Amino acid sequence: MPTPDSEPLVIADRSFQTRVFLGTGGFRRLSDLEAAITVSGTDLVTVALRRIDSSADGGLLDVIRRTGCDVLPNTAGCYTARDAVITAKLAREAFATDWIKLEVIGDERTLLPDVAALLDAAEQLVDAGFTVLPFTTDDPIVARRLEAVGCAAVMPLGSPIGSGMGIRNPYNVALVVDAVTVPVVLDAGVGTASDAAMAMELGCDAVLCASAISRAHNPPAMASAIAGAVRCGRLARVAGRIPRRFYAEASTTTVGVPEFAQS
Amino acid sequence: MIELNGRPLPTCPGCKLSKILAEFDPPGDGRGIAVAVDGEVIPWSEWTHFVVQDGARLELVRAVQGG
Repeated sequence: MPTPDSEPLVIADRSFQTRVFLGTGGFRRLSDLEAAITVSGTDLVTVALRRIDSSADGGLLDVIRRTGCDVLPNTAGCYTARDAVITAKLAREAFATDWIKLEVIGDERTLLPDVAALLDAAEQLVDAGFTVLPFTTDDPIVARRLEAVGCAAVMPLGSPIGSGMGIRNPYNVALVVDAVTVPVVLDAGVGTASDAAMAMELGCDAVLCASAISRAHNPPAMASAIAGAVRCGRLARVAGRIPRRFYAEASTTTVGVPEFAQS
Repeated sequence: MIELNGRPLPTCPGCKLSKILAEFDPPGDGRGIAVAVDGEVIPWSEWTHFVVQDGARLELVRAVQGG
């Protein structure tokens, strides 16, 4: 199969082998996580930070190290810009990376981003030298503002975190792609492989998946399916889809249609 | 008395951060964990001489699955 898409994904100063990033949340077994990392071919996985005396899994970083992946720490659980900034600084100290997946959540039930606080935190972190990848709404104006304060990518949601509802507003995701020049990573909402393919067909540069893979009946198999869907979706985007038409358009010429005598 | 991860912890006057955190057996290079004292992140390289004041609130964190 020809692969017109030979351009690797580049975010800030780093290029990536694949266009799938993997969230580590929700895996019941670390062996499933390791298999999903390997099968998907991802080279960037998210981790969160929690108090050391909480019921944390041991060995998570060992698994990630074994696979050769880099860590993308997140600020999950932060509801204010201040908490997110402190958490990002803790992450920089713990993992020796200035990359941060910035989450500032505004509502416990929907886990939707608080975009005012998000912009505030993003600006502070960019000023502090972080490479900021913000989890945001599918609002192209907010995406543009995040780019303007110096974010290295924008990560709009398809639907709420862990909902598996897919891309509820493809039109907005396409608008986000059109609104910014930094890479767009579809983050949250993917429920199955076709959602990931749609994200790429809409022009997203990558997909970040956690629950769709980690909570699947067979996580490594779903990792493989989503990685394949991302490749196919990207290829379709690069290939260029046909326009949608209200009425049919014949693919066979009408010239030379035989005319049969009336019987 | 200080507060570590939300729990009260008795401590000595002039106690260093490294001594307080020793029971958690931090990795030799400090990687994988991090601590904030009253909202300020204290780099691992400063743990041995950072004095924790009475009443300080410490948050000690490490990586967990998430995101």
